[in-house]
Amino acid sequence: MCLAVPGRVLEIEERDGTRMATVDFGGVVKEACLEYLPDLQVGEYAIVHVGFALQKLDEESARQTLELFTQLGMLQEEFGDPWEMAAEAGGLPLPGAAEASQEARQ
Amino acid sequence: MKYIDEFQDPELARGLLDEIRSTVTRPWALMEVCGGQTHTIIRHGIDQLLPDQVELIHGPGCPVCVTPLEVIDKALEIASRPEVIFCSFGDMLRVPGTGRDLFRVRSEGGDVRVVYSPLDALKIAQQNPDREVVFFGIGFETTAPPNAMTVYQARRLGIRNFSLLVSHVRVPPAIEAIMRSPNCRVQAFLAAGHVCSVMGLGEYPELAERFGVPIVVTGFEPLDILEGVRRTVVQLERGEHSVDNAYPRAVRPEGNPAALAMLEDVFEVTDRAWRGIGVIPGSGWRLAPRYRDYDAEYRFQVSGIDTREPAQCRSGEVLQGLLKPHECEAFGTVCTPRTPLGATMVSSEGACAAYYLYRRLDMNKTAPLEASPVG
Repeated sequence: MCLAVPGRVLEIEERDGTRMATVDFGGVVKEACLEYLPDLQVGEYAIVHVGFALQKLDEESARQTLELFTQLGMLQEEFGDPWEMAAEAGGLPLPGAAEASQEARQ
Repeated sequence: MKYIDEFQDPELARGLLDEIRSTVTRPWALMEVCGGQTHTIIRHGIDQLLPDQVELIHGPGCPVCVTPLEVIDKALEIASRPEVIFCSFGDMLRVPGTGRDLFRVRSEGGDVRVVYSPLDALKIAQQNPDREVVFFGIGFETTAPPNAMTVYQARRLGIRNFSLLVSHVRVPPAIEAIMRSPNCRVQAFLAAGHVCSVMGLGEYPELAERFGVPIVVTGFEPLDILEGVRRTVVQLERGEHSVDNAYPRAVRPEGNPAALAMLEDVFEVTDRAWRGIGVIPGSGWRLAPRYRDYDAEYRFQVSGIDTREPAQCRSGEVLQGLLKPHECEAFGTVCTPRTPLGATMVSSEGACAAYYLYRRLDMNKTAPLEASPVG
């Protein structure tokens, strides 16, 4: 959770009066709120933490970081199914398996 | 040098290590504050690559680890209520409360959901107007602005069935508490980069001056850590103690003004208990009085909790840098990621989990790693 991941803005739209973006994190696409970086434009990179863009980042740094995070499996840790990861770490059966994986996909 | 080939730029890493080696003349103890940095250090064996005189002490910067047991127990009680949908980041699922965790609550029928962003929890509240949706708001200065924005949005959109169980913590008061500890050996800090992305550098010069410690803002990648160590050691050898930004690609001196304004609006500074450490004055945030309606503790009046910390767990000493994980008797025997006694073994950013994952073989065959006492 502490990890913030660089992502590239693919699209920006206003939703419920809030500036939101679709962001590509090395192949994983998620939404992010741009209220804290209102000047961020499509094609630019930012550090995104728990669905919020927090600071702009240059393309070269972002690409290098994403490459490293992919190599180390950290994108999987950040965006994988948390119930499956928790069950595996604890050697436990998955509670409400179907429901949980549906949430993770959202 | 067994790990160095795994670095993104091994040549650059070698160069930085050579510079550190040629600079250092005496033993120094540096604390990396952030759990993400601890993870990188152990994963890449950076502490073993550094010269013996440079000791890295792992700090309390894992929000999952420092969330007090009492708050975990409150979360478990709220999450067990039939009218509640309890939303959390995935890292909290297996953090042990007194006797159980959120994973167990779900197995017992509680509606616990994992979200990627606090805004996802707000969406769940909009979609379930007949349920109470509670979001577990933990984290440092990096996570607090997203959670603050979510409460602000809930009020703006008139969403009434949403509340936040707040346990936010702040880094600078923790640095102060560490420096004031009579057992403190820390001589310099590698400050957490993403915390500074939000907060800027403003709080650090006074701390550096008052305690005579260099504070070097440092990123999370292996080369970032080496560069942070290099700059820190240069200052220490010269007898300097200033604030230095070694992570300028993500940290502006002023931080993120929009996020700071939202923090100011939604939260107020409060004393906060840290798991295993105790209360640190001014070290947390809670919702400001005008957002009281969105405070889950206030809304659910959770009380009568009998909180019991496992006696064997020494995570408090680990979090303060007084003990290395493998020096704890329970490490790797009674306490493993599968059967954790404390949060430092559960969280991927916890020092105990990092040692367990990446140093297990070393632990089994050798005595504790070198600890170089600094006098």
